[in-house]
Amino acid sequence: MTLTVGRPRPARTAPPGARRGKPAGDPVVAWLFLLPALIGFTVFYLAPTLRGFWISLTDWNLLSDPEFVGLDNYRAMLADDKFWNALRITAEYVVINIGTQTVLALAIAVLMDRLTRSVLVRAAIVVPWLVPNVTVAIVTLFMLDHNVGFVNHILQVLGFEPQSFYGDSDQAIATIALVNTWRNMGYTALLFFAGMQMIPRNLYEAAAVDGAGEWTLFRRITLPLLRPVTVLVLVVSIIGSFQIFDTVAVTTKGGPADATRVIYYYIYQKAFNEFHMGYAAAMAATLFVLLIVLTATQMRMLRASSSDLR
Amino acid sequence: MIRKPMALLALAVLTAACGGTAPETPAAKEKVTLTYSLWDPNQLPAYQECADAFTASSGIEVKITQQGWEDYWNGITTSLVSGTAPDVITNHVAYYPELAANNQLLDIEPFVARDKVDLTRYTGDLASLWVRDGKRYGLPQDWDTIALVYNVKDIEDAGIDPASLKNLTWNPSDGGTFGELIKKLTVDANGKRGDEAGFDKTKVATYGWGLEQGGGVVGQTQWSWMPLSMGFQYLDKNPFGTDYKLDDPRLAEAITWWQEQMKAGYVLPREEAGRLGLEPMMQTNKAALVPDGSWRIGTWAGSTEQKFAFAPLPAGPQGRKTIINGLAPSITAGTKHPDEAWQWVSFIGSPACQDLVAKRAVVFPAIKTAATTAAETHRAKGVDVSAFTDIAADPNSLSYYPITGSANEINTEAQAVIDQIQELKVAPADALKQLDARVADILK
Repeated sequence: MTLTVGRPRPARTAPPGARRGKPAGDPVVAWLFLLPALIGFTVFYLAPTLRGFWISLTDWNLLSDPEFVGLDNYRAMLADDKFWNALRITAEYVVINIGTQTVLALAIAVLMDRLTRSVLVRAAIVVPWLVPNVTVAIVTLFMLDHNVGFVNHILQVLGFEPQSFYGDSDQAIATIALVNTWRNMGYTALLFFAGMQMIPRNLYEAAAVDGAGEWTLFRRITLPLLRPVTVLVLVVSIIGSFQIFDTVAVTTKGGPADATRVIYYYIYQKAFNEFHMGYAAAMAATLFVLLIVLTATQMRMLRASSSDLR
Repeated sequence: MIRKPMALLALAVLTAACGGTAPETPAAKEKVTLTYSLWDPNQLPAYQECADAFTASSGIEVKITQQGWEDYWNGITTSLVSGTAPDVITNHVAYYPELAANNQLLDIEPFVARDKVDLTRYTGDLASLWVRDGKRYGLPQDWDTIALVYNVKDIEDAGIDPASLKNLTWNPSDGGTFGELIKKLTVDANGKRGDEAGFDKTKVATYGWGLEQGGGVVGQTQWSWMPLSMGFQYLDKNPFGTDYKLDDPRLAEAITWWQEQMKAGYVLPREEAGRLGLEPMMQTNKAALVPDGSWRIGTWAGSTEQKFAFAPLPAGPQGRKTIINGLAPSITAGTKHPDEAWQWVSFIGSPACQDLVAKRAVVFPAIKTAATTAAETHRAKGVDVSAFTDIAADPNSLSYYPITGSANEINTEAQAVIDQIQELKVAPADALKQLDARVADILK
């Protein structure tokens, strides 16, 4: 994706004699256009981020004044089992969530692309994404309940043992990951589908004439040519996946036995339940750096900016 | 229409209670509106009634805000930071130490001394739970205790005389008559009971003993009564102990016995307990009996799907023990109207308000006479709550809710261990010893 900020054009308002021919006013205009976004970025992102880094160097419980403690919070964090556990669980969540979500979304997108162009189907597929996360969490909490849940009722009719899903420390994180996969895959599929529209149709036709089957078409044409879109989708959805919070907060609150205490929930608990703002900020800052490194690696490995089409 | 006679009544009771010392006349003053927050929606109508009576007698308006327990404490803390906190908040013993330590609560001891508030009218030692370093942060408004809730039909089907439930015994070696009871109440898919030959613990239809998740380090409804009845004490001193006695062998013994009952198939397994709490479990008769707190009497008494009744906790080696806890209104330090706020707090703590609350029978008011009224209200509706009230009247049976700093952090640590014990993944004795070390670290 490229964004053209300003195309060189004659400066009409420039008085005669003043550096004629050079588009002197354009950077100013460009900045003017950027200004609203820039203000928003500074006020809502940059300033809080810098303040967050500062808080991470203090001991602060919200109620009394912050006290500068240097790197103590980071030191305590590295020695905190629960922090490492939270990272491990978050990674587990991301792998299950992104793995299933990407594969399913690709499959749905290919089906949409090759089988039907119905707007109705496309709309239906994003419906789960339109339901708020908290609603999904509450509905599934009831549907997956061991005693009164509909899903367990079906399982029993089919002759399986009822499962406790959210209530079992071995199943809980996978349950949360799959529930969110269900919610997000339609939306992700739509992104892939949009990407597929950029692939020239004649490539498929030519390949089909050469006798390629659907699988070969997908593997040799769709997948390679979709790469820039895949990178974008992966980067955005992995960052989103790391931010898993609401489903945990509604369904398991980090339990049972710490099995779903993902990093964001742990940060939240430290900050707003236990009021260790400095410690929470230190973990948030670490996560920030971690995500930047992860994204950069991803972009590099998948050569995001170059397309095989060009 | 109903407001006027009610207010007159309240005024009469108030002046009677004050014994002649007339409250400061708020006349000529400007109109003051206090804000008061609470979390329990069931209690809102009762305290709204109190507020109306208070406004009628003092001319001070009270605006009540209600937020669920989960959001309540975040809301209180952030509003304290931003300076928009309510003048008076409903407080919990697990939270007030932190707020008091950060100078966010007003010391009401001077008011209590000035107005000579009679602190002996409150049940047990409830009033002293709110004192720290000679400063007082609340007047008791209610109390709660634990008792057994049982499914009446299950008891009858098992051929047990409900009257015999009044004298249950328990010990950690053979479980006493309570241990026999939960075996008998457990029924498998073939109709075999837990104490019969051929009982299949993998296919239980109704468990003898329900299981509530959560409870943290206290296990208030879940397990506290067992170790307490062996003489166990949570802290080196309460309130404001600095050493949790989680490595006490009596605690390990009691929790081990509990885990054995889970292994034997008499306790609803954690995996089946679901995250929706006790209600679906008891309403669908997955469990026949469960210990629960008096704050949920209404839920069980009002059930239409099953008939429930209450029985006292079993008596352990050291007798019968329950945790008793209570709430209190606290004044926030930032209030602009400390005098008016105190008038409202003392009104909540007075018979005038607590008698109104008692008539609604949602909680047991802290004042002894008002609690009796609440019990009578229940009885009039055909609900016997003596299992909760008798034990509260016996000081030897009462163990006060453990109060320390960093309660949230300790509960999070403890909850993970209790979860593991319930999932049968760890041996209680080892796990509790490790927990003891971690909790000691937090309190250091």
